Amino acid sequence: MADAQKPSPILPLDAEGLKARRRRNLWLGLALGAFVVLVMVVTVIRLHTGTGVSERM
Amino acid sequence: MTELAASTQKRYATAVDYLNLMKPRIMMLVVFTGLAGLVAASSMTGVHMHPLMAAIATLAVALGSGAAGAINMWYDSDIDAVMVRTSTRPIPSGAVPREEALALGLIMSGVSVMLMWLASNWLAAALLAFSIFYYGVIYTMWLKRATPQNIVIGGGAGAFPPVIGWAAVTGNVPLDAWILFAIIFFWTPPHFWSLSLLAHKEYAKVSVPMLPVTHGTKATRTQILLYTLLLVPVSLLPLATGLGGWIYGAVAVGLGGVFLAYAVRLVRSTAGDPDAQGAGIKLAKSAFMFSILYLFALFGAVMLEHAARLHFPLTGL
Repeated sequence: MADAQKPSPILPLDAEGLKARRRRNLWLGLALGAFVVLVMVVTVIRLHTGTGVSERM
Repeated sequence: MTELAASTQKRYATAVDYLNLMKPRIMMLVVFTGLAGLVAASSMTGVHMHPLMAAIATLAVALGSGAAGAINMWYDSDIDAVMVRTSTRPIPSGAVPREEALALGLIMSGVSVMLMWLASNWLAAALLAFSIFYYGVIYTMWLKRATPQNIVIGGGAGAFPPVIGWAAVTGNVPLDAWILFAIIFFWTPPHFWSLSLLAHKEYAKVSVPMLPVTHGTKATRTQILLYTLLLVPVSLLPLATGLGGWIYGAVAVGLGGVFLAYAVRLVRSTAGDPDAQGAGIKLAKSAFMFSILYLFALFGAVMLEHAARLHFPLTGL
């Protein structure tokens, strides 16, 4: 019973695992950056054209 | 269990695995039909969307489709591991952990709906949210393992993109948008059942009540014909409302005839039967592939007519 409650040990990643993690982190960073850019673009266009501002307020 | 865990630790996920989690082939069809709705709405109503906003709205539709695909793969990973056709998917192959797939699906759902709302309006965002819920919950969790009508009712999820595209431009969904919805809705059963004629043994193995499993292959072939008989007149409705012009009409009549011919040949064949010869299997495969071409061609014709100003309606309704 006590064994079942013990958290499973975190195994250290090998070289390939570390490389895969770095790649995943890079993709996540890029996706997050792209999202920020998209929101900024939408905001700029809305402010520029004046669309969708009054109806949201 | 230890062996399974060890075997799943060996493979590390790549970007392609995460892309596959989003069902990219379905995503292509979703984006294409959504874009057709968007272009047609703009041309029919004269309301124009900023090109960048239209691109972001299209991206939102793609992300929403990917999110629904990831949720589907998360929920179905147990049966995917048993079926040969799906055993190489990212979760059963051990590349992506289940909980990561769910997290990706949920985060992308939120991001896609938010992007759609920012780029267009609340109606398009609400429709996108509902279509993700429809596929991820109503179809995947409630219908797929419960009823042989899973594909018929669930087909509604895949039919939403042109309606969403239309709503993104105009902020409303008139009859023309629902006609595009109906085309995909009635197309889905003959499309999917052609595939299930080939894979029904796999579905039986995991107790998924697809029509050929519960009612047999003969009944499925008959249903394919019945739904194709419904689909062809529905595909001609855009001609009556003026949404489709001469080009669309030629495509809908010509390819609709070919689709019907396939359905008739399927009814007369033994496709899907245990004693089916190679010709029957080949016919079911051809019908499945043709159905994809058919939908692309119909929506391609809508897009071509409205984007290239080649829209010459037959009626003035």
